[in-house]
Amino acid sequence: MNSIGEECTELKKKYDDCFNTWFSEKFLKGYNDDSVCSGIFRVYQECVKNAMKQQNIDFKEIDKDILGTDNENKAPPSDNNS
Amino acid sequence: MARYYENSSTFNYSWDQVACGYWKRYPNPLSTHVLSEDTWSRQVKDGCLHTKRLLTKTNRVPKWGEKFFNAKSVKIIEESIVDPKNKILVTYTRNLGYTKVMSVVERVEYRSVGPAQTVARRSAWIDSQVFGFSRAIRAFGVDRFRKNCNQMVNGFNHVLNSMFPRQGAGAHSMSSAPVVHTFKEMREAAAAATDRAKANVLSSVNRT
Repeated sequence: MNSIGEECTELKKKYDDCFNTWFSEKFLKGYNDDSVCSGIFRVYQECVKNAMKQQNIDFKEIDKDILGTDNENKAPPSDNNS
Repeated sequence: MARYYENSSTFNYSWDQVACGYWKRYPNPLSTHVLSEDTWSRQVKDGCLHTKRLLTKTNRVPKWGEKFFNAKSVKIIEESIVDPKNKILVTYTRNLGYTKVMSVVERVEYRSVGPAQTVARRSAWIDSQVFGFSRAIRAFGVDRFRKNCNQMVNGFNHVLNSMFPRQGAGAHSMSSAPVVHTFKEMREAAAAATDRAKANVLSSVNRT
């Protein structure tokens, strides 16, 4: 899959490969240290942030956390829903 | 009042497989509307993996909707939490920008229901605040969302099947349309369509 910045796609692929291996072989097996991918993640992040700046993307709106907070949408009472 | 919609689908794969496949969902032959995908932040907190990603997708609206919503692409923020102990993956997505015109919020919970089955429970809230048109826009949004659900499930199954081919059983999804093309054909078609969509977006961005 492409990155939002064409110049970041190669870095993204490298990072994704690192992450996917870590996720399946370490994280799902109870090992939480994710430092193995942090070097490539930093380089990739820098690239993406520059690309996003050029596209005037609102960083503040992205930084807002909603999942796991009280701001999550709630399902309406379930008795009359399919 | 936002329109609420929910459904669920079963994947014939273990929760671990679904969780691994989740990060590789795109591209797939049914996701040609997805243009890009980036990880914005990621950290392990209390044994759970918290991720925030930014996706861009093409924006398909009917002719009458172009008046309100003529952007060629939309940006989507996807938050997720993976709890490996309890085997729960929750994702929460919302569109970035244009939320007054139409806001689509989707929450999906993937839970293990056996050694080789995972259920995805999906909830969606679709809202619009365009005076005089909000009902029509909400109805359109729900309809588009419902159709996209089938595509999402079939596309995800396609990815899972190519990652874990021995099972190959597919899923009880809402749609039973069989996938008739060979995977190679579909992958090529998907790549070509994504490139075309991307070229369209770029040319429209450059024009303005």
